Amino acid sequence: MKAMIWRQIDVVLRNMTPVLVTLCLVVLSVTPLRLPEISFVAPPLVLMSVYYWSLHRTDLFPAIGVFGIGLLYDILSGAPMGLNAFILLGVFGVCVSQRRFFYGKSFLVVWWGFMIVAGGALAAEWLLMSVVRETVISPQPAYFKYLLTIALYPPVAWLFAWIHRFLPRTA
Amino acid sequence: MRPESIQPVAAPLWALAQRFMFLFLLLAAGAVLLIGKADPQLFERARNAVTDAFAPVLDAVSRPIATGTALYEDARLLLRLRAENSALRATNARLLRWQAAARTLAAENAQLRDLLRFVPDQPVKFISARVIADSGGSFVRTMLVNAGRRDGVAKDFPVVTGDGLIGRIVETGERASRILLINDLNSRIPVVIGPNRYRAVLAGDNTNRPTALYLAATVQLKTGARIVTSGQGGVFPPGLPVGIVASTGAGGVRVETFVRTDRLDYVRILDFGLVNILDGGQAGAAALSR
Repeated sequence: MKAMIWRQIDVVLRNMTPVLVTLCLVVLSVTPLRLPEISFVAPPLVLMSVYYWSLHRTDLFPAIGVFGIGLLYDILSGAPMGLNAFILLGVFGVCVSQRRFFYGKSFLVVWWGFMIVAGGALAAEWLLMSVVRETVISPQPAYFKYLLTIALYPPVAWLFAWIHRFLPRTA
Repeated sequence: MRPESIQPVAAPLWALAQRFMFLFLLLAAGAVLLIGKADPQLFERARNAVTDAFAPVLDAVSRPIATGTALYEDARLLLRLRAENSALRATNARLLRWQAAARTLAAENAQLRDLLRFVPDQPVKFISARVIADSGGSFVRTMLVNAGRRDGVAKDFPVVTGDGLIGRIVETGERASRILLINDLNSRIPVVIGPNRYRAVLAGDNTNRPTALYLAATVQLKTGARIVTSGQGGVFPPGLPVGIVASTGAGGVRVETFVRTDRLDYVRILDFGLVNILDGGQAGAAALSR
């Protein structure tokens, strides 16, 4: 009986892994690194996580989770409420609807998809921020950040794939 | 199934429900963004509650990372020890001369105050706090510190380090507060520049060098002129060091701030007893959410 309960807890925890991993990344991405060379172009780890899990494990990555993660990210990073929730849900929507296309394709194709999605997400962040603040904000910090984000996706995705192996198969 | 592979599409009915849920949430996020823009006060309590709840986690996570980066910095400094040392010797010699000058001036100042029966300012209280989070976004310049209302922090308190001003408090939770940095797009600080005390407003634009606005057209500024807060508007007390004029070209007057905001560890929050002068403390939230 006791073993059953533990197994249940184990399954639930494993099923929640994608959301929990993304939550941890939210906390990690607002943690001050105090390295001037890196901090202002810190790559959006949360964006990578949302892309990976909504593409590979949609069953364990519900829209409501993305919404909550986005709001938390807004609050902790000091962004206007709803900004990241909106952008991350947009990424989620694109990924879920294009899953068929990516099915069985090589990593290079998935990476290429990430280039497009990340570009769109960063552009949307800049646009929404400019609208909210009612001025044209200099998009300059986003350029380098974009290049870094794309370059860092393969190692980060490899880490996600490693975590992925411990998740239960789809029912 | 390989871990990297993508699973086939799930049952259609479930997919339909999911799609409705998704559309609903997307609209909700858009609505939150709009409402937050229209009434910045609305989400303030929710924001503070969540920030408070996460403050211990952020505090715990930021400690080992701070230690790690401190080690990295130490290693980097060790490599430059020789050059650093000779530079410090030169600075030290220069500062000793300044110290002598300052002592003379302090004595003279005390005598003159005595003569004038000058009423001294109230002593400033301060609260020391550790930076536990900075903004992950590219377009916001704020920081979270691990001191809040229970430590006596209130909205609009100026935040400084030993070098100079870094910003002001815009949100206070029970045990964490958010600082709006002077280089954020929403930061506007009344300052005076140089020995002639030209008045200007220091405006952040998310770069490392904020601009000085609203200077009179006839004003001639030299690079290197010192900039301090003017005390106008009542939020910042007069005389807090801010930075120096870095360039006066076509891009306006650019200011090099004394404090590099990207490697802060501990900060001081000043309590001058000027709380909530800025329209009842509401401008802070408005500034953050605008």
